[in-house]
Amino acid sequence: MSGGTVTRSPEGSVRGAVTTPMSRMSALARAELTLLGRSKATIIAAVLVPLGLPFSLRPVVDDMNVEDSGLSVGLVLLPAAIGFSLLFGVYSALTGIYTARREELVLKRLRTGELRDTEVVAGSALPVFAMGLVQCLVLAVGCTAFLDVPAPEAPHLAVLGVLLGLVMCSALGAVTASVTRTVESAQVTTMPFVLVSMVASGVAVPLELMPDRVASGLELLPLSPVITLVRGGWSGDLSAYEALGALATALAWTVLAVFAVRRWFRWEPRR
Amino acid sequence: MEARDTNEHVIEVTDLRRVYGGGFEAVRGISFHVGRGEVFALLGTNGAGKTSTVELLEGLERPDGGRVRILGHDPYTERAAVRPRTGVMLQEGGFPSELSVAETARMWAGCVSGARPVAEALALVGLAGKAGVRVKQLSGGERRRLDLALALLGEPEVLFLDEPTTGLDAEGRRDTWDLVRALRDAGTTVLLTTHYLEEAEGLADRLAILHKGRIAVSGTPAEVTAEQPSRISFRLPDGYFVGDLPPLDALGVCDHEIDGRQVRLRTRELQRTATALLVWAESAGVELRGLDLRSASLEEAFLGIAREASEKNEGVAA
Repeated sequence: MSGGTVTRSPEGSVRGAVTTPMSRMSALARAELTLLGRSKATIIAAVLVPLGLPFSLRPVVDDMNVEDSGLSVGLVLLPAAIGFSLLFGVYSALTGIYTARREELVLKRLRTGELRDTEVVAGSALPVFAMGLVQCLVLAVGCTAFLDVPAPEAPHLAVLGVLLGLVMCSALGAVTASVTRTVESAQVTTMPFVLVSMVASGVAVPLELMPDRVASGLELLPLSPVITLVRGGWSGDLSAYEALGALATALAWTVLAVFAVRRWFRWEPRR
Repeated sequence: MEARDTNEHVIEVTDLRRVYGGGFEAVRGISFHVGRGEVFALLGTNGAGKTSTVELLEGLERPDGGRVRILGHDPYTERAAVRPRTGVMLQEGGFPSELSVAETARMWAGCVSGARPVAEALALVGLAGKAGVRVKQLSGGERRRLDLALALLGEPEVLFLDEPTTGLDAEGRRDTWDLVRALRDAGTTVLLTTHYLEEAEGLADRLAILHKGRIAVSGTPAEVTAEQPSRISFRLPDGYFVGDLPPLDALGVCDHEIDGRQVRLRTRELQRTATALLVWAESAGVELRGLDLRSASLEEAFLGIAREASEKNEGVAA
């Protein structure tokens, strides 16, 4: 350390290029991917729970007589599995990650550089976002292969549902992190959305099994249209009107969540 | 040393204010400027408003009043124009603890235009041997040096260092000082905060002492200390009283304190006061035990300002 000659790069040393939003975000995402690989708790919660839990539900679903509502066991379990993936693999995981980075002052540090605020938020989420996408694909293929789920009738609806769900759950994770003081308390702050979604958005109990009047209210919850689109995408039972309604609801929540992030995201710990 | 164009104001701060949510005014209207290639130090006790000020200069927050210009741009609203040309070292870390030193530097290098090679940056701060070590295993001093390495990755024109040597041992501190001097000589403009007086005295071309969100005094270290009185202290010889000394006013003493037999005088004319005192002792045939003559230091200036300012505030309150 020290010495005048070292403060300027020596001749011939290779200097980095001018950065772009993509290059900055991929540098950040690469570091986050490394961190994700080193966080066993996150990996277990984010991978094993979504992949394992739905199948442990199978005996319960077998007793539900879902066929009376025009569903099959597979058509209940697949959307449930994707719902678990979005809730645990994406939403809860990102709440913990954003909180940890904020408390370690990583977010503040990142904001002193060339990264824009949206790049910091998006870049940090990329590995988890990608992991969620891969999980949904694995689940779709797995359920088709092992649960006698037929090929989807309207795959575009399922794809749109999953993509909107991923963006919505990522943004909601960032919002939830803003009201979460420590990584430990993330287990508590993520509870409301996770529980409400499992019970009332058709994840654990299909809305088709509920009284119509209740179901039409619950359809307006954030994750309900996502589950509806995934189930409808496979069954092909959604009318154009129902599909558009679900898409509009999902889009509205996604826009709202992204707006909330821009407005309320916390960059520094409370003091 | 390269010629420095101190007429070009790389950092311009005008009547800057920052008010926190609870209504606490951390920065209460400060103005200063820093020329290209200058090292400028913000001194102050904890809570004086140093970090609150630097965060506004770094563009992390929008000021509640006044304005900041870095290289002619507003660092908050014109982030994209300013950031590629500045380097920032925050007061504390900000690195994921599970990444290694090299992984951290590689990530940061991917976010800095024209970044120097990671190995070169780590070597610059003596961390080459720690490349594979996780951040959580670094000592406090090593983390400061990693932070400095990242701030220097893009060879910035303007460098903000918030307490760069806090937590470093004596050797690490000297190394950092040498590095800052070398950067200054190469034309980098440096704004640093510190509560180590010798750091400001040794490094800064100019400095400002912050007190309760205001600049109490600013100038070169020599100018700031010149405004302060020098000190003389000694023990009264046995059998003598203060009244036996020559009239203190006539000696050029501006202030005195008696503590038991210990006498402390303050004077702006150290040589005249000291000569008169010694001539008196010689003619009286007594020895002034523990005689200590001390010209004003930055420390004296610093403590004097804190004392004066708090007296003034009490006066206002009463």
